[in-house]
Amino acid sequence: MTAEHPFTTPLTSAAAAPSETVPQTEPAAVNQPASAYFLVDAQSRTVKATLSIIVDNEVGALARVVALFAGRGYNIESLTVAETDHQKHTSRITIVTSGTAHIIEQIKAQIARLIPVRRVVDLAQEKFGVEREMALVKIAGTGESRNEALRLSEVFRARVIDITHSSFIFELTGTPEKIDAFIELLIPLGLVETSRTGVVAISRGAEAL
Amino acid sequence: MSDGLMTGAEIVVRALTDQGVRHIFGYPGGAVLPIYDALFKQDAIEHILVRHEQGAAHAAEGYARSTGKAGVLLVTSGPGATNAVTGLTDAMMDSIPLVAITGQVPTHLIGTDAFQECDTVGITRACTKHNFLVRDIADLARVLHDAFYIATTGRPGPVVVDIPKDVQFRKGPYVGPEQILHRNYRPRVKGDQARIEQAVELMANARRPVFYTGGGVINSGTRASQLLRELVRLTGFPITSTLMGLGAYPASDRQWLGMLGMHGTYEANLAMNRCDLLINIGARFDDRVTGRLDAFSPGSKKIHVDIDPSSINKNVRVDVPIVGDCAHVLEAMIEIWKARAKQSDMGAMTAWWAQVEVWRARRSLSYRHSDDTIKPQYAVERLYQLTRDRNTYITTEVGQHQMWAAQHYHFEEPNRWMTSGGLGTMGYGVPAAVGVQVAHPDALVIDIAGEASVQMTLQEISTAVQFRLPIKIFILNNEYMGMVRQWQQLLHGGRYSHSYSEALPDFVKLAEAYGAKGIRAIKPAELDAKILEMIDYPGPVIFDCVVDKLENCYPMIPSGAAHDEMILPDATDGVGVSEAGKMLV
Repeated sequence: MTAEHPFTTPLTSAAAAPSETVPQTEPAAVNQPASAYFLVDAQSRTVKATLSIIVDNEVGALARVVALFAGRGYNIESLTVAETDHQKHTSRITIVTSGTAHIIEQIKAQIARLIPVRRVVDLAQEKFGVEREMALVKIAGTGESRNEALRLSEVFRARVIDITHSSFIFELTGTPEKIDAFIELLIPLGLVETSRTGVVAISRGAEAL
Repeated sequence: MSDGLMTGAEIVVRALTDQGVRHIFGYPGGAVLPIYDALFKQDAIEHILVRHEQGAAHAAEGYARSTGKAGVLLVTSGPGATNAVTGLTDAMMDSIPLVAITGQVPTHLIGTDAFQECDTVGITRACTKHNFLVRDIADLARVLHDAFYIATTGRPGPVVVDIPKDVQFRKGPYVGPEQILHRNYRPRVKGDQARIEQAVELMANARRPVFYTGGGVINSGTRASQLLRELVRLTGFPITSTLMGLGAYPASDRQWLGMLGMHGTYEANLAMNRCDLLINIGARFDDRVTGRLDAFSPGSKKIHVDIDPSSINKNVRVDVPIVGDCAHVLEAMIEIWKARAKQSDMGAMTAWWAQVEVWRARRSLSYRHSDDTIKPQYAVERLYQLTRDRNTYITTEVGQHQMWAAQHYHFEEPNRWMTSGGLGTMGYGVPAAVGVQVAHPDALVIDIAGEASVQMTLQEISTAVQFRLPIKIFILNNEYMGMVRQWQQLLHGGRYSHSYSEALPDFVKLAEAYGAKGIRAIKPAELDAKILEMIDYPGPVIFDCVVDKLENCYPMIPSGAAHDEMILPDATDGVGVSEAGKMLV
């Protein structure tokens, strides 16, 4: 950069002219704004994805999927898994994640690359996907708040599955948004603990994944 | 075997034999002793004893890359497996087919923190294409054949098979490879015909096209390289390649622009920047190649042929993605081009080539010669001139010397150039040369090295001596970690923090200590004679080529810069590296 470096003097070769960077040798017209690139895309809208992943139910299959999210910096908002076909020994993993459309595509491609993975589908992007989640919600307390919680549970069609003089446990199934709303309402009424399954999803209609 | 059953260790040896394996690289230990016992009783497979398990992995990589077959390594549990991790990761990044067999503690001890136990499948999950822990002897043969199938098909990569010691002793049935088909893994090799037709249309109408090819062409086999040559000559387009793709197209050809990317040629990078059609065959838009993404080839339509769908639209959005094997897609492109009697736009091509020749005339790889000190570029040039007519294979370590080798050693054929591209593993070159020499006993195998990198795995010279492998380690010795020093000069105000090796060994004496030959060259005038002496010596050689200490590797696209912001070798001033660019590697 400076005098300390002895080899930065101009070349003696005939073709070389002294200059540190290359000048534009063509009209600027070819250097159009790079609208086709993901640096622009990076500011674009974040969308939610509900990925249904069919994998061979073999040791480590779930770990591969989860490690991929961790290793590549993708976010997992919820995750459910169970063997769904006992004959073929395949499991269904449902992962809710979010990112730009480009990131979601990349996540799907990376998951599909895993050897035990048979299919990856984003059910949030499919018009006919159905999502459900189950929650167990415990509230503690006595008096009017206890009655109010019970009334709310009826509105939300939650079931009471455990009851003591000072507590209820509700079981509620629905969309994640419905469960969020229920929990939100219970906070001032003595909510003490929540357990949620994470989302499971399936496509509507006769088609199978 | 009268009952038709074999021990797990015998199944391993039999499966390897049936897969056509003739050489494996390994290091014994407690958890693989039964397999070593089975190896002892046969002579179909030759075992090459390395000095460190990393060496086994790199040697297997060199073997794989120079032959197109899977490389195989055999290491023990615990440290044996963890030492191999760098090599596995290297193979993962560069898509090299490896099968790594690792010993494991017996199944009843797994999870007890037993001696030399580690969670091998857990540790290697992220750095392998796939891995297996074989708990049941009944699965062993199938898993081994699956491992070869997975490693060598689709986008190749390393596969680990972890075998507990009790499974190696237990008896079970053997099934041959012909009876095995993986349950669901079926990589797609044929490209979408409509997309290929679309690509050919774009090519026929292009005014400023360029081929940008990568390691995928090499991985696809020698036929892919032949088809690439045919297509490039049919179209008359210029062609450049990544570091990994060198040799797929002959460097002596007029249409060859040299390597592109951070240390690529001016003409290659400017062609990428100004083209109106970019045809990517088997490359992955790596950051070393693209430079600043939002200024990468801004005016072009992009065709991308890749066997791995996750490579497509990962870094750069493309217009025509084609998922498939390079050879299949190239063949289809040629067929369509010929069937439709396509012609390139001759007028446009003449103008485009005239522009390319202007860029080429800048001679971006030129350097100032010296009669007193050996310039590293000169050393590689002389090495090239004195070995080009021989049956030569080149490996490298990582750093300046690697880039000078890529720039100044010219390859005419695929599978002749073995280098660590994606992971950038210092210490790759010596063991890779061992692997190449095992595969090609009569060839001239040279590791173009740096004195820093080479010390990471130099003990493998001992392997070379033991197995009579006459590898040549050609060290460009500038006493610095040259690329680190160059970046410190350009980015960190010349504060050379820990990039100078104060206590280098005497490489000539070191060679002699190992039973190899040591040669040192200090003056340009003596270089040719010393190189010939190295070539003529029938055993391993360490060549200490003492070069200019402060030479920089140019041209260079600084971090965070675009292809048309290259620093050329005649730069007189500092380099404009943005603050954002400094964050990049």
